[in-house]
Amino acid sequence: MSERILDIKNLSVTFGGLHALRDLNFHVDEGEIVGVIGPNGAGKTTFFNMISGMVTPSSGDILFEGKSIIGLDPNQVTQRGISRTFQNVRLFANMTIAENVMVSQHCRTKQGVWGALFNTPGFKKEEKEIREHAEKVLGFFGTRLIGYRLEQPASVLSYANRRRLEIARAMATSPRLLLLDEPVAGMNPKESAELTDLIGKLRSEWGFTIVMIEHDMNVVRDVSDRVVCLDHGETLAQGSFEEVSNNPEVIEAYLGRPLEKKSAS
Amino acid sequence: MSATIATDTAGQGMPEAVSKGAFDLDWANVAKSGSIAALIMTFIALSGMPDGLDARPIVDGVRVLTIGYLTLFAVPLAFGWMIGNEVVLEGMVATKRGPRDLVAGAAVGALGGVGLTLLVVLMSNFDLRDPLVNWSPQLFNLLTFDSGVGVGVWVWILIGAVLGAIGASLRLLPAKIRRAVIVMFLTVVGFSVLQGLIDDIVGNVGETIRDPGRFSEFFGEGDTPRPRVDSVFDPVINFIYSQTGGLKLVGAIVLALVAGALSLSGRGRIKAAKASYNAKTGPERTKQTSIMIGITAVLLILLPFFSGKIVNELLANVGIFLLLALGLNIVVGLAGILDLGYVAFFAVGGYTTAVLTAPKPGDAWPEWLPTLPWWGALLVTVVFAAITGLMIGAPVIRMRGDYLAIVTLGFGEIIRLLFLSDWLKGYFGGAQGITNIPAADFGPLGTVSGVDPRSVFYLVLVFCALAIYVSWRLERSRLGRAWMAIREDESVAEAMGINTVNVKLMAFVVGAVLASFSGAIFSAKVGSIFPSSFLILVSIIILVVVIVGGMGNIMGVIVGALVLIGVLGGPKQPGLLQEFSEYKLLIYGALLIWMMLKRPEGLVPNVRRSRELHQDEFLQDAWLKGEVDTDDEDGELATEVAPA
Repeated sequence: MSERILDIKNLSVTFGGLHALRDLNFHVDEGEIVGVIGPNGAGKTTFFNMISGMVTPSSGDILFEGKSIIGLDPNQVTQRGISRTFQNVRLFANMTIAENVMVSQHCRTKQGVWGALFNTPGFKKEEKEIREHAEKVLGFFGTRLIGYRLEQPASVLSYANRRRLEIARAMATSPRLLLLDEPVAGMNPKESAELTDLIGKLRSEWGFTIVMIEHDMNVVRDVSDRVVCLDHGETLAQGSFEEVSNNPEVIEAYLGRPLEKKSAS
Repeated sequence: MSATIATDTAGQGMPEAVSKGAFDLDWANVAKSGSIAALIMTFIALSGMPDGLDARPIVDGVRVLTIGYLTLFAVPLAFGWMIGNEVVLEGMVATKRGPRDLVAGAAVGALGGVGLTLLVVLMSNFDLRDPLVNWSPQLFNLLTFDSGVGVGVWVWILIGAVLGAIGASLRLLPAKIRRAVIVMFLTVVGFSVLQGLIDDIVGNVGETIRDPGRFSEFFGEGDTPRPRVDSVFDPVINFIYSQTGGLKLVGAIVLALVAGALSLSGRGRIKAAKASYNAKTGPERTKQTSIMIGITAVLLILLPFFSGKIVNELLANVGIFLLLALGLNIVVGLAGILDLGYVAFFAVGGYTTAVLTAPKPGDAWPEWLPTLPWWGALLVTVVFAAITGLMIGAPVIRMRGDYLAIVTLGFGEIIRLLFLSDWLKGYFGGAQGITNIPAADFGPLGTVSGVDPRSVFYLVLVFCALAIYVSWRLERSRLGRAWMAIREDESVAEAMGINTVNVKLMAFVVGAVLASFSGAIFSAKVGSIFPSSFLILVSIIILVVVIVGGMGNIMGVIVGALVLIGVLGGPKQPGLLQEFSEYKLLIYGALLIWMMLKRPEGLVPNVRRSRELHQDEFLQDAWLKGEVDTDDEDGELATEVAPA
């Protein structure tokens, strides 16, 4: 068995009296693509927020590469090698496309005030590297985000391209674990298929381990090694897509329980 | 301006425009605008501005053309123009410009005049001088043109109507002519307002041309004045300006004609030059930029030689506040931290320099406290300011938005009160402050003290250049990008690996250091330092400079400082319009409100800020230019689809 990159043990979080997540056990192996599904309000995004440090769990532990990341600030978590995208695209809309990707290399670079003021060779070299890395990352999405687009503000992008840029921004932090929150939401079937392809390449070419929240079952089926279904903050089922999608509890969570008596329709 | 929302199409003669009858107006709107105009005019009259500024003629010999009357005349002019404003959205039909606009303008102006008529009637019957200090016979005479109440009751209605119609008539002119008319008007007013400055500088340049030897005199220590010579430009100056102040009538007409002609012929060329500069890229552009910077630098270095003491003093003040504004611009404009207590760092800079350079700053200091030269003290000051920045910043920086603003406001006051307190009186002198601060000595380069404003100007110039360089470099660095990201969305910035606390603290510290430079220069210039120099008002005024100028834009901050501090004056420093100093805060406030409503991005906007503020229009423009990308192969516009 390959090494566990992420190991979540008995994780719970409550908001007031609400159990957003309850006793969650979950693990991700190195190089795996895990799909997280579940109806609305199941706790999927809370789950991501917790891994990325934006929400602190009430109990339980999150081990990343064997070390606990509980209590770390989001920027420290990113520094450790976990990066994420957001369900409702949150780009730096007034920064250019290049800048969006350059700024997320912040924790991998180190030049400060002195370098900038005196334009030291180290500063110039680092700026060049940041820029090159940004273009390389953006180039992953074909020609859509490079060329003349580099200097345009992110706000002019189409919805699908904003999603792509968000992934690029997360990629630029050089993570080992990438958390994608509904990467294909709002895309048409053609674009979804293309992005599904790219998610596969994120693993094979870039070596990222990926956890992905997704509602589009085609995408989940095509790309996930393993699927986890959450409902009401609990794990309902885990396993291959076929296993999970045929699990009666999962079907019930999505579609509801069949009524005893047929109501007059 | 957005492509689909054209607010003004006067004179363009849009073919589909409908014509309406001259009296087919939105009378409710006219009545509303007219009432507002009346209120504003009455308020201005009672604020004392017309009376106080009556002594400043615009054109000498014409009784009503003074700056005092202008403050009243401007209102119907502006409202007459504004009533013609019409929002024409796509699919709507514009109305043809014509007599209808004149009627509307005249009506609004006349209604505004009614306000003053009422005031005149009230003034002739009641004496309310007790609550309203400006309820004076002088104001009454001014409002009635010295002709008694019989004239006063109707004359303002007439004036209002005429001026309102004139304001509205601008809409009927073709855009080019209209621009020329506005330029003519502004030129005449500008030349009259800036009389002291122009007279001074042009006179000195003229004298130096006639007697080049004068130039060397500027470097001399002992000022043995050379015999006065007539300036080469005396004939020109005497042609334009009257000895008793204001422009001569003929001079004003010639000036207006020249300005109008220049406007008509020059506009296209300025645009072309701008476009050619913007079109250039790479080394060519760098070359042109450096040439422009070089010319500006030479002009700035030469300027103090040709300006008198008052103008130099003014420039030095502008520089001190500009330095503060540049520092605050990094904090507020780049990193988006609304710091309302920025004056704290100015105070720390000033007091640290004072304590270290003054021979005996206070009784409580131990014997070993050294007395350093100014530049030596500056190094310590910088360190101190940075530490203060860290100390104030560390608890404050974890807050966001409004909370942060209020807490910084508090810290700004705390610092001032510490300097004022009896507890630290032995160190900082309490309300008496520290008074025996020596001039800054730079050895062979000379000394900098308040007695010689020119030297202060140069010192301040060096530090402003430094601050501009720092802002410019940082904005384009890793740190600058992180600041921008934090300004846009702090939580996302943090999730993308930016240590927001450290990065924001860095902005705070850089800002604190720049403010401390300003404080150090201030204490050497004034020679004494009191807590009352560091009122909260200073923070506010610097913030207004940054906002009005254009947040996040270095050029904007410079323009803001020149306009606000230079023309209107700083918190305690008089500006070019010394007569305005009483109404300074009133004008500051009015300007700020107007800017927030009409041009929130500032006079010289930062590209990103204006994008933020005009997101919709920007996107529309980009869409029309084909820059917005449509979703790929299908060529359809992407629409947000809710997750299935």
